[in-house]
Amino acid sequence: MTDNSIIAPLIIHLLAALLQLAFWRKTVTQRYISVVAAFLGLVSAASLFYKVYSGGILIMNAANWRAPFGIVFVADLFSSSLVLITAIASLAVSVFSAAGINRARMLYGYFPIFHFLVMGLNGAFLTGDIFNLYVWFEVIIISSFVLMTLGGRKAQLEGAVKYMALNILASMFFLTGIGVLYGITGSLNMADLALRIPKVQNQSLIHLTSVFFLLGFGIKSAVFPLYFWLPSSYHTPPSAVAATFGGLLTKVGIYALFRVFTLLFTPDDNLKNLLVILAVFTIVTGMFGALIKDNIRRLFSSLIVCHIGFMIGGLGLYSKIAMMGAVFYLFHDILVKTNMFLIAGLIRQFRGSMNLKLLGGIYGQYPKISLVIALVLFSLVGVPPLSGFWPKLYLIEAGFDMKQFFLVGTIIAGSFVTLYVIARMWSEAFWKNPSGDARIQDTFASLPRHKKTFLVLPVVVLCFCSVMIGLDAQFIIEVVDRITDEMINTAPYIKAVLG
Amino acid sequence: MELVLVCLIGILYASGMYMILRRSMVKLLLGILLLGNATNILIFLLGNLTAGKPPVIPPDLKVFNDIYADPIPQALILTAIVISFGLTAFAIVLLKRVYVLVDSDDLDDLNTPEEEDI
Repeated sequence: MTDNSIIAPLIIHLLAALLQLAFWRKTVTQRYISVVAAFLGLVSAASLFYKVYSGGILIMNAANWRAPFGIVFVADLFSSSLVLITAIASLAVSVFSAAGINRARMLYGYFPIFHFLVMGLNGAFLTGDIFNLYVWFEVIIISSFVLMTLGGRKAQLEGAVKYMALNILASMFFLTGIGVLYGITGSLNMADLALRIPKVQNQSLIHLTSVFFLLGFGIKSAVFPLYFWLPSSYHTPPSAVAATFGGLLTKVGIYALFRVFTLLFTPDDNLKNLLVILAVFTIVTGMFGALIKDNIRRLFSSLIVCHIGFMIGGLGLYSKIAMMGAVFYLFHDILVKTNMFLIAGLIRQFRGSMNLKLLGGIYGQYPKISLVIALVLFSLVGVPPLSGFWPKLYLIEAGFDMKQFFLVGTIIAGSFVTLYVIARMWSEAFWKNPSGDARIQDTFASLPRHKKTFLVLPVVVLCFCSVMIGLDAQFIIEVVDRITDEMINTAPYIKAVLG
Repeated sequence: MELVLVCLIGILYASGMYMILRRSMVKLLLGILLLGNATNILIFLLGNLTAGKPPVIPPDLKVFNDIYADPIPQALILTAIVISFGLTAFAIVLLKRVYVLVDSDDLDDLNTPEEEDI
């Protein structure tokens, strides 16, 4: 069904960014515009989700060129629920940024670039055209380059070089894959490609092409052995930026992997085994990385890598239950990882440092906030009934069904190591006596009341969302069940796009 | 013509990859540029080269009745060129800033140790 309002989440962020460019030096106005636009984005995303949830797949033909000739935007349940979760996370980051980003960064266009980034994310989720997906990825990475380097500290720029080089390389692989795919099939529309690819005579050529996509999206989503840019860059930008990156950017890569390897390509046994092996190594290397880190944000960066492995493992198992687990984990991971980096920003405000050796005594000084943070940490670890528990249950069940005991063992080991590093972080930062180091200074206590609210409120709201996902898991499981049905049976998607 | 382009693409990809693997930042930049050009020519080649047949329907006909040059790969390349122009401009400025701050062209010098984190 055609509905032009599906690109509303995208348009709102575009307009917000353009409006903010007009108020270039007025940082207070920019803050208001940002929060209002993020809220409107959430409203439009929620209405889009409701429409798709109750009425089925919606499409929009750009300039009324019918698919497969023009660019088409498609909102199925997978993309619309990701748009909704992105909207929740970006509203939280927007509110946090209003108090947590210093004025110098705002003067150089922090907010416009942030909204361009969110626009790119929404575009990537909603597009139904593979080349258009490439363009949205470029919008995302250009915005993220600017956000990463804004401020120009030495560590930031060093991280940005690695981030830039590998992300551009990933785009090259992706573009090469698109070029080869177009050469073989003569189409760029994903629904049309889904019909044409099985009819190609030389299927081994198709498998070879799919590896280009695996490489490109693998770099972007930080899969072993392509993830080394992530732990060496994500700890450098301000926490609000790191929250956007850690929560959303790697997950777009996961989304693209799921979209491409369910709709376009059907992985053969070799590719499935490769994905499972990659997942095992991603989890293992990520967890060893997290074990040795003393800086909170470096620790969280390694945990991102570790948990990417869970989702890749779900894709590699390629059964319905496994993909349900992986998609559920994706939803949970976006909210929790965004929240983790916001919490890192809060800890920085409390103590002026993120080094576990220097921290201490936060629980004694801020008991209420600490309890909220504890809930988020429990959710990350996967304590029942919080949001991290249910997807792991599905993943492990699917692993037993498919007799992939090695992957099951690694997932359990990864969860235990997560528990260990989080417990260590909790005792070092929250329970240990204050270290009394001269570099420690509490900037939070002297902040005005409204700034304190802006910093704490997003953490509380995201924590509430995580708790609700855990307590009302029945609803999420129903949504995820329908999403995986759409992944396995792509006929409704193709019919909705091509008519 | 195809054979020449195929060889050119191979050389560009190989030299681009080689340059990216070097430790110098300038070579990294050159490698990215070479890879981008290799990809663009690859798309151009895969759209089936057709010389002297523009995709324009003659005025006295309703549809094409002859083979024609596919315009889509050229549109794709144009988009990719514009994007890589922006990325390259950013990369040059970034690498220059890093050179000024670190005072080195060596990528291995870009490691602020964990102890200096705040």
